[in-house]
Amino acid sequence: MWDYTEKTKDHFLNPRNVGFIDDFDGIGEVGSLSCGDALKLTFKLGDDERIADAKFQTFGCASAIASSSALTEMIKGMTLQEAGKVTNDDIADYLGGLPKEKMHCSVMGRDAMEKAIAYYRGEAEKKIEGEIVCECFGVSDVQIERAVRENGLTSIEDVTDYVKAGGGCGNCHDKIQFIIDTVLGNTPRAAKKPEALTNIQKIKMIDATLEREIKPALNQDGGDIELVDVDGNRVMVKLRGTCASCAKSQITLKHYVETKLKELVSQELFVEEV
Amino acid sequence: MKPIYMDNNATTRVAPEVVEAMQPYFSELYGNPSSMHGFGGNVGAKLKAAREHVATLLGAMPEEIMFTSGGTESDSTAIHAAIRAHPEKKHIITTRVEHPAVKNLGEHLAKNGYRVTFVPVDRQGHLDLDYLYKKLSDDTAIVSVMWANNETGTIFPVEEIAKAVRERGIVFHSDAVQAVGKIPIDMADSAIDMLSISGHKLHAPKGIGVLYIRKGTKFAPFLMGGHQEGGRRAGTENSASIIGMGRAAQLVMEYMDDENTRVRALRDKLETELLKRVPNSMINGDPKNRLPNTTSIAFEFVEGEGILLLMDQYGICASSGSACTSGSLEPSHVLRAMGVPFTAAHGSIRYSLSIYNTEEEIDFVIEKMPPIIERLRQMSPFWQQAQKAS
Repeated sequence: MWDYTEKTKDHFLNPRNVGFIDDFDGIGEVGSLSCGDALKLTFKLGDDERIADAKFQTFGCASAIASSSALTEMIKGMTLQEAGKVTNDDIADYLGGLPKEKMHCSVMGRDAMEKAIAYYRGEAEKKIEGEIVCECFGVSDVQIERAVRENGLTSIEDVTDYVKAGGGCGNCHDKIQFIIDTVLGNTPRAAKKPEALTNIQKIKMIDATLEREIKPALNQDGGDIELVDVDGNRVMVKLRGTCASCAKSQITLKHYVETKLKELVSQELFVEEV
Repeated sequence: MKPIYMDNNATTRVAPEVVEAMQPYFSELYGNPSSMHGFGGNVGAKLKAAREHVATLLGAMPEEIMFTSGGTESDSTAIHAAIRAHPEKKHIITTRVEHPAVKNLGEHLAKNGYRVTFVPVDRQGHLDLDYLYKKLSDDTAIVSVMWANNETGTIFPVEEIAKAVRERGIVFHSDAVQAVGKIPIDMADSAIDMLSISGHKLHAPKGIGVLYIRKGTKFAPFLMGGHQEGGRRAGTENSASIIGMGRAAQLVMEYMDDENTRVRALRDKLETELLKRVPNSMINGDPKNRLPNTTSIAFEFVEGEGILLLMDQYGICASSGSACTSGSLEPSHVLRAMGVPFTAAHGSIRYSLSIYNTEEEIDFVIEKMPPIIERLRQMSPFWQQAQKAS
């Protein structure tokens, strides 16, 4: 069971401002059925240019409903400029905090607010900025970068908790890591410079990587690998034991040995069985 | 508030008779059954009886019964035993709707040098048997298919599959955790080689399970050490729990009729009334070929976590196939494998009954559910859209 605060439970069990304002000034819709949560936010401005009324409809878990309810309470009485500055952290704070895995609910609230304001200001519906990184949940690199920057995220798991990216098939994990590394100012792994290695260094590193990283994994399955030669970037290896007869040995080589060597030694390397 | 417990596929109440049977084996008769003294040896005699009770439930021989720590250990042991007994074989067949104990092990092996075939299911949750049979090869070390699905209750034709698999000389394992005690099982007349059982799904405690291993099946131990369990599973016997498991085996044989008549009728009433009273609701899985205690109902356009929390206000306990409840972002792999649309998968609730449920409880749930769903639908933007469209 999730560890929800009393305030979150209260906003779920007694949600404020459920509904739809027919003569809205602004409307923002985010999420979808397939993603598992969605929010439709409408607001109406008063004569004083402040938000006089706000209503929501939400499909999603308790924390999504509570976040939506909290958002509508928070923005009432605010100018649009003030409402535009409400962050997902503000929403989570208002509820006394959200479980880490549920932070994406507060992000959804913030996104809906921004969209509703953009609607009011007549800004055309923005196409998704950037390039889609997570296909499962349709999350772009721009969204991920923003979440990392604004919330100080440091791991793929964090990113999944905040914007869902990486929570499905997992194929985008490398790309997410790259974005995190870039934002944090670390040298992204893919940008390692291969020319810094001399031949002898390269061979030593390949040998060490095989011994330390690759052999133990293959040994687990009763297989073994031996380095035969290195010619430029061509790494020649011999497979022994069950690996040699395994129908997947080619795939093991390409996808495992080569990936490991590329990652840990040089991007230029390719592996061949001899 | 007294819980109205309808989550028996997650875990069950330990039967009072089981607790009673176990009671002396903690502080009074705590001897080690392997000891030479009578104080321990007497416990050994009780374990022997418990093993016999479990064997009777399964139509097996006592020496084919191995006690484990639960369903997960039984599954892991069976699959590892098969691949270690046949190190030259690098292919495993299982299904897309297995319990994580098998599914995640399969995925792990797939990353570690094995080819793993996950057999698909159709919209009703039936396995594509032709697909399974076509994938059988000389390289196949084991086929593992659950007897009944924990989420939908759908029963699979494991006996039929086991026969076909045996003809090819391949080991067949079934995770029967949900099936044992609810439907008759007779290993004497079966081609199944290994069968997993969990104690806490049949009113025995958590932390005890059984792996049935047919006599003559090539086996390699998973836990090594002492000679317990005929050298197949080391570790001092969990005496009290084994004795509890034996008692539970006797009880479920007694109650199997009740399970298939009264409990089935309660389940049917719950299901029929909910489908009638809640618009846009439907059953997940095959309504006919199903465990008598389980129903998985999809309530469209709402999300499972909210439903469960509102049910919890009344003390009603059930489970959901929704993403939000599991900590993952994807709804149940079983419902997705069946092609249940997202509109329904996220709002799927599994009610799983037991012999301890009463008609009063069913009536209470029937009364409380419709307003819960209605309340969440009033908040759901998709419900409004669906209403407008129709």
